[in-house]
Amino acid sequence: MIDVAVVGASGYIGGELLRLLLDHREVRVGAAVSARLAGSRVDRVHPNLRGRTDLTFTAPDELGDHDVVFVAVSQTAGLELVPRLRDRAKCLIDLGADFRLRDPRAYRRYYGTEHTAPELLDSFVPGVPEIHRAELAVADTISMPGCMAIASILALRPLAEAGVVAGPVTVDGRIGSSGSGVRAEQMNLHAERSGTMRLFAPTGHRHEAEIAQATGVRARMSATGVEAVRGAQVVCRVPVREPLDDKEVRRLYRGQYQDEPFVRIIAQRRGLYRLPEPKILSGTNYCDVGFAADPETSTVVAVAALDNLVKGGAGGAVQCMNVRMGWPERLGLEFPGLHPV
Amino acid sequence: MPIAEKTVQACPECEGQVGVESEVRAGEIVECPECAAELEVVGVAPLLLALAPEADEDWGE
Repeated sequence: MIDVAVVGASGYIGGELLRLLLDHREVRVGAAVSARLAGSRVDRVHPNLRGRTDLTFTAPDELGDHDVVFVAVSQTAGLELVPRLRDRAKCLIDLGADFRLRDPRAYRRYYGTEHTAPELLDSFVPGVPEIHRAELAVADTISMPGCMAIASILALRPLAEAGVVAGPVTVDGRIGSSGSGVRAEQMNLHAERSGTMRLFAPTGHRHEAEIAQATGVRARMSATGVEAVRGAQVVCRVPVREPLDDKEVRRLYRGQYQDEPFVRIIAQRRGLYRLPEPKILSGTNYCDVGFAADPETSTVVAVAALDNLVKGGAGGAVQCMNVRMGWPERLGLEFPGLHPV
Repeated sequence: MPIAEKTVQACPECEGQVGVESEVRAGEIVECPECAAELEVVGVAPLLLALAPEADEDWGE
């Protein structure tokens, strides 16, 4: 059994990390760190954990050494925190945005500020077992992609790997309100948010750089906040070099994902959920990917869905920890979801 | 109760693996577990599957 800590444990991703780690048979949660709520009981802000833990939040400067430290803090906070915490853990898994991009120029372009630890960027292994499993098995520092980035990467990878992408891809992302974090702001009041379809990033979404880094595909991405708490879905319109039909596209997806524990190919002719739908993935670590080919226009529409807080965050990080520790990849991540929900 | 033996056939729609019980009769409908297509048994010796005709939803189009 190993000892782990969660830094940024009072946020939504932090809460999901605690939920998964408290149930993980190989893990003891040694510390839940929150600068804002140090001294408070964890189950006061994560009420789903009542009866599951007596932990209280600890202050950042009280953090000791742990086998694995998960860091789930806001953008730019990680710039200062992550370099300091690297020595506190045998393995550090960062769920923030600050160490996802390897190119500091891309960081400056998409995040509008200089990276203050560019010398560390190359040392982080992207937390995508579907691409980097062998590197993750020996990684000391891991950086988890953004939730809609990982969905886009998994949707596009079979086409990118096959070399059939003919030009820039258009990515339309939709995400529930939990994606905007735990802080209360006027824009997140129920009266303002309920019923809206808020197009919050019409151009230049930050995940464009992550998608390009992981797949080599240029993406033009927009994102909309929709009437849901959890869930993210991306619809990627992909121009392809030659007309492809559904069977040919399915072969590419099957070849890429047939042995993956958490990627399912969903492109069905019948039923209520024919293409990936985030609603039925709430709480699970699955990323469902699907497609529809249009040979007449040499286009493939690639779709992916996941729970933004699980496969798009905490669950993906636990999966990476499992790979790193040499444990079965599904350990602690078996929940199949709810239906109806 | 003996377990019925199954013959595995490729789905004509998606090439997924479809298990069909050996006592199946022509005209029966089976479903592909991968793409959910309804498949009609159009021959039994040898086993032959074809996409069954279906009425689709309109989805407001």
